[in-house]
Amino acid sequence: MKHIKSVNKADLRNTVSKGGCGECQASCQTASKVDNTVSNQKCESK
Amino acid sequence: MDVNSGSVYIVDDISYDILDFIPDTFFDYTQSYVIKKLENKYPIESIKEAYSELYSLYENGKLFSDDCYSHLLTEGIPSAPIKAICLNVSHDCNLRCGYCFASTGDFNCKRELMTLETAKNAVDFLIKNSGNIKNLEMDFFGGEPLMNFEVVKKTVEYARSLEKAHNKNFRFTLTTNGILLDDEKIEFINKEMYDVVLSLDGRKEINDRFRVTKAKIGSYDLIVPKFKKLVEGRGNKQYYIRGTYTRHNLDFSNDVLHIHDLGFSEISMEPTLSKKDFPDAIDESNLETVLKENEELCKKLIELKKSGENINFFNFKIDLENGPCISKRLKGCGLGNEYIAVTPNGNIYPCHQLVGEENFLMGNVNKKSFDNKVKEEFLKLSVYHKRKCKECWAKFYCCGGCSAKNYMYSGNLKQPFELGCKLQKKRIECAIAYNVLSRSHSN
Repeated sequence: MKHIKSVNKADLRNTVSKGGCGECQASCQTASKVDNTVSNQKCESK
Repeated sequence: MDVNSGSVYIVDDISYDILDFIPDTFFDYTQSYVIKKLENKYPIESIKEAYSELYSLYENGKLFSDDCYSHLLTEGIPSAPIKAICLNVSHDCNLRCGYCFASTGDFNCKRELMTLETAKNAVDFLIKNSGNIKNLEMDFFGGEPLMNFEVVKKTVEYARSLEKAHNKNFRFTLTTNGILLDDEKIEFINKEMYDVVLSLDGRKEINDRFRVTKAKIGSYDLIVPKFKKLVEGRGNKQYYIRGTYTRHNLDFSNDVLHIHDLGFSEISMEPTLSKKDFPDAIDESNLETVLKENEELCKKLIELKKSGENINFFNFKIDLENGPCISKRLKGCGLGNEYIAVTPNGNIYPCHQLVGEENFLMGNVNKKSFDNKVKEEFLKLSVYHKRKCKECWAKFYCCGGCSAKNYMYSGNLKQPFELGCKLQKKRIECAIAYNVLSRSHSN
């Protein structure tokens, strides 16, 4: 495409059936401790 | 950004302007409408070309995609096993930081240390309630956890002794102000802690304004050499220098850069938000400055990266390819479900920020009591349970925000407070911008 560039290929909808294993880090155990930083977390199953 | 698919795009000026005239879907007449609106600004052929690219994304379900998650609310979010404990081994502290959310360490309760017996009971509780989850987390927190170092050490030893038999992998973290660090503690932390959070606010005069000893002596000179020693011995293991900013350092990007100049690359910086009893906190009157300062910091970090150096700034971290699944994003931080806090007397609360709030007391690890009804109630804090979050573009990044903060500032766990939302949105914007621009630099 000439006018638009895709930054990522991931699609959140694909994680509906595959996700939810719960093995990833809880967000408040990270550097923040005072705010919700879920999107900073890495998926452990990929 | 397409909210529901999580697709992120870089668009040129024509595409950007076209999107102004397409609120959330395409109709038969949309193209002619857009051309009419923009024909005096761009050549018609270019408008058609850009329009066609946008339409193709739409057709492929990558723009204005449908919300296919809200049904999960009616089906009910499944209860999750507990996988993380914030273990408040010390409700006491050797600093008297003016902005401390934990009331300088005692959480508005009495000053006390956790016994080893209680800590072991917390480990047993976690293993028992973690179902099939293998990775369990325990954060030694306070107050100052190193005031109770022997219990920290023996708790780690105890948990490790149970890992194999229960097929668990403990990940320990520790948050410290650094005052009590010595060679023995540094060696232990670097061996056993998956992550360590080291509190330092930045420039000496900024740090020492609030982070003072009981005798009101600034902590900067005491802790910086110890933090350097710890990080030097840490190898590739994770750590964060974690700062707090107030209305006295609205130019906090200089504190981030100062911490980097000290030799640290892993940095986090959080605001102290407005509370009635703390006049130095950030409030609406500082908002514009803080938002601009976030952008300024983002630009400085990109420049730094271009010069060959790098700060891994936690607040601008975002993984657009391998980030969390939608299940995690819907549930948010999992307070009261996946995540709990345990106090020195064994009381269980949904989160460290709600410690002492008796309405939310969930049980006690020493008494082996736990109220699953409270746990079930905390399941109802998803993005879709928060009315204000439903229509927000940032909902799958902040994941409904911090419910404890909502409670503290608005009195309602489900009521996002506006100042926090505005800061979160700017943080996410900067995170995406940093991710995209630093990536294009490396390409």
